[in-house]
Amino acid sequence: MTIQLYYFAILQDQRGLSEEQLELESQTAGDLYDKLKSLHGFTLSQDALRLSVNQQFVGWDTVIHDGDEVVFIPPVSGG
Amino acid sequence: MFSIASEALDLNRLAEEFAHPAAGAFVTFEGRVRNHNEGEQVASLDYQAYEAFAVAEGSKIIEEAIEKFGLLECRCTHRVGHLDIGDLAVWVGVAAPHRADAFTGCCYVIDEVKKRVPIWKKEILETGSSHWVACHEEGAPSGK
Repeated sequence: MTIQLYYFAILQDQRGLSEEQLELESQTAGDLYDKLKSLHGFTLSQDALRLSVNQQFVGWDTVIHDGDEVVFIPPVSGG
Repeated sequence: MFSIASEALDLNRLAEEFAHPAAGAFVTFEGRVRNHNEGEQVASLDYQAYEAFAVAEGSKIIEEAIEKFGLLECRCTHRVGHLDIGDLAVWVGVAAPHRADAFTGCCYVIDEVKKRVPIWKKEILETGSSHWVACHEEGAPSGK
C-alpha cells in the first residue's frame, strides 16, 4: 500500500523533504514514526508530537491504510 | 472565516465585511513580528502551515467564538512565508453589538489559534543562527 506523508517545521528540516509517498505494510502510526525516527534521526519523541491522519487528530495506535495522508504535528507556534 | 495568506496583508481589505448595522463594536488584533524573543535578538521569522488542516481548525475556532460571545462577524488571517520585523503576521477582526464581547471574542480567537492551529515559526536570529520555536508552554499566562 502507499501513503502520503507531509513534514513540517523541525521534521521537515531533519527529513530534508516536505513530503513523500511511502510503500509499506499495514502497521500502526506509532510503529511507523519509530521507524522513520531512527532512519532519519528525528529528535522529537512521540510524546512531543500529535498525529494527524487524513486531517484528523488520532491516537498512535491507529492503523495506517492505503491512501492515508499522515502528518506528525510538532508543537505549534503560530501567532 | 479563517485563511492563510502568502502575501502581505492589506488592513483595508481585511476590515471590509465588518459594516454590520447591529455592530456597536469592532475590535481588531494585529500580531506583528518583534525584534526579540526570550532574550535573543530576532532578525526575521519564517512561518509554515499545514494549510488544509489549519483552515479547518481555524474555522472551528471562529465558529466557537461566534457561538460563545454572540459575535456578528469574526475573521482571522495568518501569514506564511518570510516576514521581517514589524510585518503583520496574524490579524483578527471581531464585530459585536457591544465592546465587552468584541474584546473577549478577539482574545479568544488569537489565544486558541496560537494553541491549536498547525502553524510553525522559525526564528532567524541576529547572530545568523535559526531554530523552530518549540512550543507555547502549557500553563503559560495568556497574552504572551
